[in-house]
Amino acid sequence: MDNRETILDIQHITKTFPGVRALNDVSFQVKRGSVHALVGENGAGKSTLINVLTGVYHPDGGRYFFKGKEAHVTMPLEAQMLGISVVHQELKLSETLSVAENIFLGRPFLNKARLVDWRKLRAEASELLDSLNIRLNVDTEVAHLSVAQKQIVEICKALSFNAEMIIMDEPSATLTDKELDSLFHIIDILKERGVTIVYISHRMEEIFRIADTVTVLRDGGHVGTMPVADVNREKLISMMVGRTLGEEYPKLKAEIGEIALEVRNLSAKKLLHDISFNVRHGEIVGISGLVGAGRTETARAVFGADKRATGEIFIDGEPVKINSVIDAVRNKIALVPEDRKKQGLVLIHSIKHNVSLVNLKNVCKRGLLNDELERRMAEKFIEVLNIVTPSGEKEVRLLSGGNQQKVVLAKWLAVDSKIIILDEPTRGVDVGAKAEIYKLMCRLAQDGKAVVMISSDLPELIGVCDRIYVMREGTISGELEREDFSQERILSHAVS
Amino acid sequence: METNSNGKALRRGGFFSGFQTFLSNYVILVPIVLLVCVWWLIAPNFMTYANWMNILRQVSMIAILAAGAFFIMATGDFDLGLASVVGLTGCIFAKLMVNFGWSPVAAGLIAVAVGLLTGIVNGCMVTIFSIPAFIATLGMQYICRGLCYVVTNSYPISGVPESIGWIGRGYLMDTIPWPVVFMIVIYIVVAFVASRTRFGRFVYAVGGNAEAAYLSGINAKRIKRIVFTLGGLAASIAGMILVSRLSSGQPTGGTGWEFKAVIAVVMGGVSLTGGKGKPIGVALGAVLVGILENGMTLLNINSYYQQVVQGVVLVCAIGFDVFKTKRQAASK
Repeated sequence: MDNRETILDIQHITKTFPGVRALNDVSFQVKRGSVHALVGENGAGKSTLINVLTGVYHPDGGRYFFKGKEAHVTMPLEAQMLGISVVHQELKLSETLSVAENIFLGRPFLNKARLVDWRKLRAEASELLDSLNIRLNVDTEVAHLSVAQKQIVEICKALSFNAEMIIMDEPSATLTDKELDSLFHIIDILKERGVTIVYISHRMEEIFRIADTVTVLRDGGHVGTMPVADVNREKLISMMVGRTLGEEYPKLKAEIGEIALEVRNLSAKKLLHDISFNVRHGEIVGISGLVGAGRTETARAVFGADKRATGEIFIDGEPVKINSVIDAVRNKIALVPEDRKKQGLVLIHSIKHNVSLVNLKNVCKRGLLNDELERRMAEKFIEVLNIVTPSGEKEVRLLSGGNQQKVVLAKWLAVDSKIIILDEPTRGVDVGAKAEIYKLMCRLAQDGKAVVMISSDLPELIGVCDRIYVMREGTISGELEREDFSQERILSHAVS
Repeated sequence: METNSNGKALRRGGFFSGFQTFLSNYVILVPIVLLVCVWWLIAPNFMTYANWMNILRQVSMIAILAAGAFFIMATGDFDLGLASVVGLTGCIFAKLMVNFGWSPVAAGLIAVAVGLLTGIVNGCMVTIFSIPAFIATLGMQYICRGLCYVVTNSYPISGVPESIGWIGRGYLMDTIPWPVVFMIVIYIVVAFVASRTRFGRFVYAVGGNAEAAYLSGINAKRIKRIVFTLGGLAASIAGMILVSRLSSGQPTGGTGWEFKAVIAVVMGGVSLTGGKGKPIGVALGAVLVGILENGMTLLNINSYYQQVVQGVVLVCAIGFDVFKTKRQAASK
């Protein structure tokens, strides 16, 4: 490829975090003035790559050339100076400042007296907005803007740095169709001007609509880069998935019984729309979907932790009222939350006190806490769940991730929960402990409990579950039986 | 099974390791012993029975206030208004008896009710309206202190019936001052509640991780409202003892006590973020504050300097706590 045509040339970039190879020998090129889509599952390495390009992370190996010169970027500002700007998914604007102030944040125009030259600031900001055919008052406080308008401010900010390449990290995730059209219009204008766009998205239709080239990442590796014209949706999905299932998922047969939990027409403002699903005794049901699809929100709404607008919940066929966590506990529903350190455990307390937390009544004698009963309860679960610790007195912050997860589980088994919802139970847990958690889930199912597992890890869901629901944008977009499981099928429900 | 044997070994620990755990739970004993030794050497009349009873009586009201602050701080919040609630409930107690001729019991009930009310209002401001405790209780501090002057017209209310004099000035069996007895009884109850009741455990859990407590079916907001209410209760008890001790209702009563109570609680091992600490440690913290003040007074150190010293002590105590927490995080 000709040097003048290639704006970005990534060569053998590798980045390792403790225990994870986030990027593994990634090489590809981006053509000047093109719209280059970057796709991959959650955790494929897209964000890490952006962070390397903009100097947030320093790569362990490899290098990249921008405009033909090797780039040595150590922080985002240097990348911006070089001409690489990012429009982040969570927009990074100062909400209380005006549009104009945000565009030139940190680089005000000064007049002769070394004071801010407001007139010039506003004029330059208007000019940038006009160049994109956008009507927006430069004095408006950013807090009053819609997400789409904020994105435009970010794009203008990038242009104010004379950006030659703008990376858009899932810009469409929070936009309406109309707003998306106007974003695409802006992208067209930028393209005409010769600005290169790296477009990250999960939505296939967008990629086929605006991208010229597509690069697929998977598990930190580069799978391929090709003109969009040469691929179709199915091929792209299979490239994103393309893994083989190992023997790391022990699946024990459990007797599947009657419906234990049934949720009908669950909705919550903005996030969840008309969600219905059920779980049977002895069954492990997976909930798949991309980040932001509403999986955690669904779990929290069923668990009574968040308010819901509509929806009925039935347990063993009987309608139940669950308006608070306390109601959920009373109805034997358990939630092992997404972030065990922030949501699942009192880290500075002992295993003993964490295990008994939901179930203090059962360690009381004549209404008073009994240390002996509490200690025995902890010891029982330390043994049953094989928690590695010298005693129940150990503070949970000192345990490994897998053992901490078991303590959260123990807390719920101690109250004899019948319906157990696990939100990303193996995140941040090492491989050995993962297998143990899968085994535990199977054992719970064998004991007749209904298990719901939310996970972003497709092989894990396929390996462990009996049935999988797929969520997309706050709705259930598909339901698959075990014999129909495949990563391609799940992903095709997850993306639109 | 390995866990079992280890667990037992831990419990059989022997004198030395037992002493070590004791020390690590009550680090506060170290400065107390050191300070007592220093004062004993240089302060005249420090090591006398009369002086010690004086110290304890001084300390008792602060300690009772600190017992209320303990629950609040164990949930990870704090209350800057407690001291002016001491003043307000005291003034109301005195005013009802002196100006309206109420019986001490009736006046006392109203004073307690006012204390509880301030706590409930604080709790609601924090949990329902999400006003940060710092601001909510700072506001309450001004409101109550202002009301002290309104109620008393800014003059002390004297002529409190002699029948209540024993509360603040009397001795049990001619040896132990009554306020000290109250303090001991209150701390026994508080220690019991903290370690043996579900409510106590909920308090620690909310302070340790409010989100995890909430997701474990604990009504964290309700717990917060209760602890603020208990703070108000403690303040009203301290307020009434103060009136009895001074035989009058002082509009400035309790000024600066919130500060001493916070020192006591922090010295007692309650981390600023909550979730740990023991009531006995807090009582010892209050004793330490009392010993410090008493020694300086015996040495005729100007009370302005005493304030400076107290400020230094507070900052050091919190600095020590932060340092300890950081080191723990690092040892992970």
